[in-house]
Amino acid sequence: MEDMTQMDRAMSTEQDIKISAKGVQVYYGDNHAIKDVDVEIEDKTVTAFIGPSGCGKSTFLRCINRMNDTIDVARVMGDIRIDGEDIYDPKVDPVQLRAKVGMVFQKPNPFPKSIYDNVAYGPKIHGLARNKADLDEIVEKSLRKAALWNEAKDRLDSPGTGLSGGQQQRLCIARAIATAPEVLLMDEPCSALDPIATAQVEELIDELRQSFSVVIVTHSMQQAARVSQKTAFFHLGNLVEYDDTDKIFTNPQDPRTESYISGRIG
Amino acid sequence: MKTSLLASDARTKKRNAAEARFKAYGLSAIVVAMLALAILLTSVLTNGLSSFQQTYITLPIELSEERVDKRGNRDPAEMARTTTIGYAPLLRDAIVAEVARQGLTTDLSDKDIAAMISKEAAATVRNRVLASPNLVGETLTFDLLASGRIDGFFKGRVTLETAALDGNTSPEAVMLAQALADAGVIETKFNWSFFTAPDASDQRPEAAGLGVAILGSLYMMLVVLFLALPIGVASSIYLEEFAPKNRITDIIEVNISNLAAVPSIVYGILGLAIFINFMEFNQSSPLVGGLVLTLMTLPTIIISTRAALKSVPPSIRDAALGVGASKMQSVFHHVLPLAAPGILTGTIIGLAQALGETAPLLLIGMVAFVREYPAAFTPEAGLFGEASTALPVQVYNWTQRSDPAFVERASGAIITLLVFLLIMNAVAIYLRRRFERRW
Repeated sequence: MEDMTQMDRAMSTEQDIKISAKGVQVYYGDNHAIKDVDVEIEDKTVTAFIGPSGCGKSTFLRCINRMNDTIDVARVMGDIRIDGEDIYDPKVDPVQLRAKVGMVFQKPNPFPKSIYDNVAYGPKIHGLARNKADLDEIVEKSLRKAALWNEAKDRLDSPGTGLSGGQQQRLCIARAIATAPEVLLMDEPCSALDPIATAQVEELIDELRQSFSVVIVTHSMQQAARVSQKTAFFHLGNLVEYDDTDKIFTNPQDPRTESYISGRIG
Repeated sequence: MKTSLLASDARTKKRNAAEARFKAYGLSAIVVAMLALAILLTSVLTNGLSSFQQTYITLPIELSEERVDKRGNRDPAEMARTTTIGYAPLLRDAIVAEVARQGLTTDLSDKDIAAMISKEAAATVRNRVLASPNLVGETLTFDLLASGRIDGFFKGRVTLETAALDGNTSPEAVMLAQALADAGVIETKFNWSFFTAPDASDQRPEAAGLGVAILGSLYMMLVVLFLALPIGVASSIYLEEFAPKNRITDIIEVNISNLAAVPSIVYGILGLAIFINFMEFNQSSPLVGGLVLTLMTLPTIIISTRAALKSVPPSIRDAALGVGASKMQSVFHHVLPLAAPGILTGTIIGLAQALGETAPLLLIGMVAFVREYPAAFTPEAGLFGEASTALPVQVYNWTQRSDPAFVERASGAIITLLVFLLIMNAVAIYLRRRFERRW
């Protein structure tokens, strides 16, 4: 593959590799959704997956925390490692993996419980807090990190579903980071939000980069350009190009990437 | 040709006419349904409301020692040898004396005057005496049931004309009753014993009550609730959330839907074969009735529970799994609470259906004439193993009897059953509203 050389060059300059995927294939029944994807995702970096609808970017994202396990017909092959550990090893419990790899979904989906309970749920089931004070602290820290504390601190007991769309999405981010994950996956986190809420979430993503490796799937190329340092372009189940975001948007190597970025396909 | 918006063309007229016709059909269907309901309620209420009233005769009765305690030792075991027949003369003397005291004259013989009192009354007095033997020798005032015909006269069922043709009463007796009522000896009061008394034989409709039927139905509902709810909910959760989707689960699914449509009497045959003939539980017992109704209710509960689980948005499951909840945690912490109102409603509707079910109970002997209250537990019969009857079966039973007084009783039982069903449905609606959450 011609982009392999490119990737290798890009990799040589980077810092720590957090996630490395080799030869990943995903089938939904007979449908070959991901075809032989190799990618290495860096720590403390925002990596954006872009590409037209149905290109497999969300599918690949869901491989990283094994959410595809919940779909009966999905089969994942290949090798995905986080910090060098194979996450599809039979000894790996997906429940533990998902505590380490948090996920934020396309549509804000807070539990129909209080704001506090939403954030506290993950730490509770993973036993991260020894007592109520601990839990309070985790909740506050997570809400602060998600830039929701000032808006929510006086209404922690009111239902999370009563927040506005953007606040709900930030609540979901707070919920995801409350379990102290190392990787944060975001599946089009802003597609259901208005521009102001989107701007807030994007700002937040940039801050989250300090602590996590963030992988974001997005439909908006402007968003990818704004928030990410690395960008991967998917097309028809193939990873077409993966490089520094600047390079992808200014000097794409593959003609398909160029067509997509300039709006000719997609 | 230029068309005007002010005049509708032929096509539009046709379409509007079709729409108007359709509305008329719908409206008339609703009118027919409401009319049927109104007629049903009117007929049941006019026939049945009077069963909540009952005519009583207030008499002072001298509990003479020579009649009720021949040995004079106040030993209940000895006194129990005097049967209700032995008490009859006490009542006869008391009412004859009362008629004389009120200064009324009548052509009736003493025996005919005594026939105004229910045959049940002697048992009432006897039970009272046996319960407290030291009453012997005293004169006590009793509220005794009037006989069915006298009761019917005060409710308008029996008139002077019908009394003349009736072998069980006479116009004189009816007129005497009217005179006694004017004197305040005969009164019509609210009929509490309709809800507490057990069934009574053909000859004493005035004493027949729903007590055993209500208790039997209650026991059966308890059995159904404690078996059908956990089994139904557990199997739905398994099928909906955990079971792999393959041919076997497809077959199970189709069969559950089919079971919901199986005629209920078939469950009665099944219960007869398995629970009575094979497992040898007592027939007529609430346990067997409850088991049969459980089998019948299970498909309803499973189907509604699965529908409730399906209606929980998948994003909630994703969210729970996404923060690292296990499958079971995501189901029990998040999906089940959201599905709870639907599950509760389905369960209550299923229970209401079971409460009104008659056919399967006929086959397992619940149609028997039961004079004794069933015990919730006895060492011989076990839990809910004593013979009992149920509300709808009691209705069926009473409609079989010849005395017109039982028409009133049956309608009263129907009203009672309908009230219970209404309460259960109201609870279902309330729970749905109360626990329904938006997401």
